Amino acid sequence: MNASTSLPLKGAAVKSSGLNYARLLRSALPGVSLAVLLITIFIMQPRAMSYMGMNLMLNLAVPIALATVAQMLIITVNDLDLSLGSFISFVACVAATLLDQHPVLGCLVLLGCIAVYALLGALIHIRNLPSIVVTLGMSFVWMGAAVLLLPAPGGSAPEWLQSLVRIKTPLLPFAIIVCVVLAIAVHVFLMRSTLGVVLRGAGGNPLAIAKAGWSLLRIKITMYALAGTFGVFAGLFLVGLTTSADASIALRYTLLSIAGVILGGGEFVGGRVSPTGAVLGALTLVLAGSLLSFMRISPDWQIGAQGAILIFVLALRMSVNRLEARPL
Amino acid sequence: MKRVPLLTTVMGKPWLWSFLAALLIWIATIAFTGGQGAGSLLSGSLSFSAFFVIVGIGQMFVITTGPGNIDLSIPANIALSGAIGMKLMDGQPGLIWLGVVGVLGAGMLIGCANYALIRVLRIPPIIATLSASFLLQSMAIAYGRSIRIQPPEMFYQFCTGNIWGVPFLAISVVLLAVIMGYVLTRSIYGRWTIAIGQNARAAELAGGHVNLIRFATYVLSAVFASLCGLLLAGFSGGASLSMGEEYLLASIAVVVIGGTSVAGGFSNVPGIWGAALFLYLLVSMLNTFGASAGVRLILTGLIIIAVITAVSGRKSARTA
Repeated sequence: MNASTSLPLKGAAVKSSGLNYARLLRSALPGVSLAVLLITIFIMQPRAMSYMGMNLMLNLAVPIALATVAQMLIITVNDLDLSLGSFISFVACVAATLLDQHPVLGCLVLLGCIAVYALLGALIHIRNLPSIVVTLGMSFVWMGAAVLLLPAPGGSAPEWLQSLVRIKTPLLPFAIIVCVVLAIAVHVFLMRSTLGVVLRGAGGNPLAIAKAGWSLLRIKITMYALAGTFGVFAGLFLVGLTTSADASIALRYTLLSIAGVILGGGEFVGGRVSPTGAVLGALTLVLAGSLLSFMRISPDWQIGAQGAILIFVLALRMSVNRLEARPL
Repeated sequence: MKRVPLLTTVMGKPWLWSFLAALLIWIATIAFTGGQGAGSLLSGSLSFSAFFVIVGIGQMFVITTGPGNIDLSIPANIALSGAIGMKLMDGQPGLIWLGVVGVLGAGMLIGCANYALIRVLRIPPIIATLSASFLLQSMAIAYGRSIRIQPPEMFYQFCTGNIWGVPFLAISVVLLAVIMGYVLTRSIYGRWTIAIGQNARAAELAGGHVNLIRFATYVLSAVFASLCGLLLAGFSGGASLSMGEEYLLASIAVVVIGGTSVAGGFSNVPGIWGAALFLYLLVSMLNTFGASAGVRLILTGLIIIAVITAVSGRKSARTA
């Protein structure tokens, strides 16, 4: 980030306006695509523009947004988590069984989950393992654990959790407030704080960070533990909404979260991510489904619409990137 | 004295371990059952592994072309191709050729679409194949909605039959694996694929048509996944939407356990057979031991992690 802002100072002052324009456009893309989607929905179905309508549309978006933030933290350090969906399913199963019947044990298990994530980060760093394969293995492990805990769909979420996610806030629906707070909090932590710069640096230039005296091992552990924490939040929120769980309740979150991060302007390598973009990306994917049902298109095409929107936004971003390459 | 170099070359083959592990598990299972059903276990594992091998070979070629290259559209492709194949065959033996041609054509189109997204729109392969798979999944749902169509009797016989206990399917896939192994290590295409995986820039400077090779690789992977979808539909007596689900993880797992480097550039075909047999035999061993579905999944996952940890330990000298 700093490198690109200092570039114009070196003489290419003419280019700076074109460069910044393209960059502005690119960072505005996630927000603009969400706005276009929302406006289309409101035009097609004006009743959606109400407290109730927004609440209904966006309620299930919160767990996906949380999952996307978790995935983003992993992508920041150039890794990828293919186990996130089954992990969130497992958390949901824990919340619907253990946490309800034995609160203390349930809390311990959830803390243990975060510790497992931290351990994974350590293992991946120390042995220099491909994260895709390790998390692939972990996805079997979480799925198996979830099946052991809850062989058939069922269980019930603790009362306090159910009432927590159904809070009726004045003016704006709870879901929107959570998303805004989530985006701002993660943005401030990752993009503005000193620690955040170091954490992102571990993805951008690990050697420089290591030379500056930071432990890459501790950075990886921190990022994985944080991702695990957000994964736990996602699972808890999800089970609060659905009230009961099932071992495959959130499996599709793995792919959705990756798509959300990329849709929000993140890149797979180099520590280039955007927390606000990631949250917006997740909301866009969720609303793409709603738009289709408002358009009375068969639900068969809902997943397809998410794919189409993904391709469309990425095509737009590529044309913006071309603009950046040729600033004239 | 002369045997020592031979021994070291054999021990140095990364695919050897997957076969050894598969053999050990087979022996353990038979020891547990006291020799009961040893043959049928082997026959069954050959059948089921054949499907893993088909998608695994395609995935392996994609992974070989370097980090970040992976085909996530395989499960959706399998579901769609199975539906297309069954619909085109329409249960009539005379139309088998049409089904096969149609499915292979669909696979080619899917591969072209995947690569178009990667190349023209500059989308990272993971996201490109992911968004393609969303579209394919919807197509499979919309297209395969109608009643379940049975495969033609002759096609069903081919997919499920065997000769002296060896399934036809396994024989064909072994042949396919031999051909693809030859393509990977001896053909110009295969050599370039490996070269690109080791260093794409160097390969390009050496005169390799990097884009053409990568294009061919994504088409190959999609065609193999389509073929798997067709055979799977024939094997299970009709296409179903969810039949491709487990193949995403399985296709990556067999490639990795088979000793192919996830970073690309170092691959082998025989290991895929070993790994596929290993995975299937592992599950059936745990079944015979009476382990529940949960325990089976957990152990499968832990073994994948253990294998990758052990493999990376041997190669750390190179990557460092």
